[in-house]
Amino acid sequence: MAYQIIDSCVNCWACEPLCPSGAIHSAQPHFFIDRNRCNECDGEHVEAQCASICPIEGAILDRWGVPANPPGSLTGIPPARMRAAMAEIRSR
Amino acid sequence: MQLPVIGRQVAQPSEGGCSASGCGGSSDHLSHLPQSIRDKVRDHPCYSEEAHHHFARMHVAVAPACNIQCHYCNRKYDCANESRPGVVSELLTPDQAVKKVIAVAAHIPQMTVLGIAGPGDPLANPERTFETFRQLSEKAPDIKLCVSTNGLSLPDHVEALCQHNIDHVTITINCVDPEIGAKIYPWIFWNNRRIKGRRAAEILIQRQQQGLQMLTERGVLVKVNSVMIPGVNDRHLEEVSQVVKAKGAFLHNVMPLIAEAEHGTFYGVMGQRGPTHGELQSLQDKCAGNMNLMRHCRQCRADAVGMLGEDRGGEFTMDKVEEMIIDYEAAMRERAAYQQVALATLEAQRKPAGEQRIPLTALGGRKRTPRPMLVAVATTGGGVINQHFGDAREFLVYEASPMDVRFIGHRKVERYCGGGSSSGDGESVLQKTIAALAGCEAVLCSKIGYEPWEMLEQAGVAPNGEHAMEPIEQAVSAVYAELVAKGRRRDAAGEEIFLQAGT
Repeated sequence: MAYQIIDSCVNCWACEPLCPSGAIHSAQPHFFIDRNRCNECDGEHVEAQCASICPIEGAILDRWGVPANPPGSLTGIPPARMRAAMAEIRSR
Repeated sequence: MQLPVIGRQVAQPSEGGCSASGCGGSSDHLSHLPQSIRDKVRDHPCYSEEAHHHFARMHVAVAPACNIQCHYCNRKYDCANESRPGVVSELLTPDQAVKKVIAVAAHIPQMTVLGIAGPGDPLANPERTFETFRQLSEKAPDIKLCVSTNGLSLPDHVEALCQHNIDHVTITINCVDPEIGAKIYPWIFWNNRRIKGRRAAEILIQRQQQGLQMLTERGVLVKVNSVMIPGVNDRHLEEVSQVVKAKGAFLHNVMPLIAEAEHGTFYGVMGQRGPTHGELQSLQDKCAGNMNLMRHCRQCRADAVGMLGEDRGGEFTMDKVEEMIIDYEAAMRERAAYQQVALATLEAQRKPAGEQRIPLTALGGRKRTPRPMLVAVATTGGGVINQHFGDAREFLVYEASPMDVRFIGHRKVERYCGGGSSSGDGESVLQKTIAALAGCEAVLCSKIGYEPWEMLEQAGVAPNGEHAMEPIEQAVSAVYAELVAKGRRRDAAGEEIFLQAGT
């Protein structure tokens, strides 16, 4: 069981110092979680620390590959609204 | 120690007639402060309006992590063309940051100040932030060190800030009411949990206020930044101003919301608008009744370099900095010499406190006072009118009245010379510039071409190149006096004023 960081990570360093297992490392192109060290903060914290401070929706996946912070959950922007705004910008 | 703050009683001009204590604000608005505090801010471009004409600052982007989310922020790190807080091109380690500061200080003699402002929150990255400060206080002892924070971690770091001689701290405080805060901050990270809604805002507000009080008790100068968000906190910011003044904040900086859909922020995507120039000025005037107010902020990037209106970051990317060979001792002497001259110039340009700009004799026997007028100015710094109209990337706006000339703000524009004549949407660069100068009745510059001259005149903005190299406030005052003397000003009731100078 482990979390993972995917390519939408913006390398902001917020998660790295919080990991109680020392499982998070800076890397290229983005931060990376050592699967062998990550214990999902079990026994350490109520919530997985990396997923609790990460500012980017979808950048951290849980053990089932599900985004810990799904679209809209952090920014408050409804996903449909975001898609419409992005489509409008691309069409300019 | 409780710091004195500026209130109405000290900023009053010798005669009434102005709506806010901003009267006299563009000149020596710090004159009532103790010498020790004036010395701290007289060459600080972000704390003193008059200093920002002569001195430069830089930010180093060593602090990427943040512990809260604001609805006006989206921290992309790779955009060189956007200028707003939270955006940087290149993240630095403390060692790189120190190299960069030394390089910039050796090349830009105006530089007095180094700030850490992100792109995240400096105090959410305490190791990187304080390591940078520690090295700089050793290697560049003549540079003032500042930090800007959202306040959440501030109480934990007040001691460390004092130990590192950080005597200027900026806290962004957008509200003191958690109901309003919940509309600005979707979440905070606090005690190992992500907290949302009203509770998050409550904690943040409590920590900001606690940190503010701890700093002012220790004699640290605190500036409070507030983002004006129409319909969210615009009516609330007057109260914020009162509260932070009571806690000893030195300066309040009310800034307009920057929100565009392409920034990907909540406010940008949801269509929240920013304030108009008029709305911002009106709120600033109301807050100025409570305390010393800053109007010259350019809302710069977390890696900005140079004078406030410019960004020379491109000259100091890390690959360029690594190539530079620097004799810092020599650069420090050169800088000290430059800054001594700049301070003398600044003193010379300052008018005596309470002096009226327009001699009352010029108003003749009139009962009613001419109304104030906005004047735009093109300058590259030095406190004088020294820029060609077509070279300006921004215009400073001053309000002239019979009582005084005061700085109101700035208007960003596209450079007219050298750029394309049309920006794609059919509107020319010149048309956009004229729109940006809305409300201004004259524009002062060192020179101006025929085409812009004609278009400005048609738009009711009088172009004027006759005051090149003159100190800004004196020139604005002279132009106003001239127009009053010509009888072209209408009074407050909208009636044309017909009077002759000296009659």
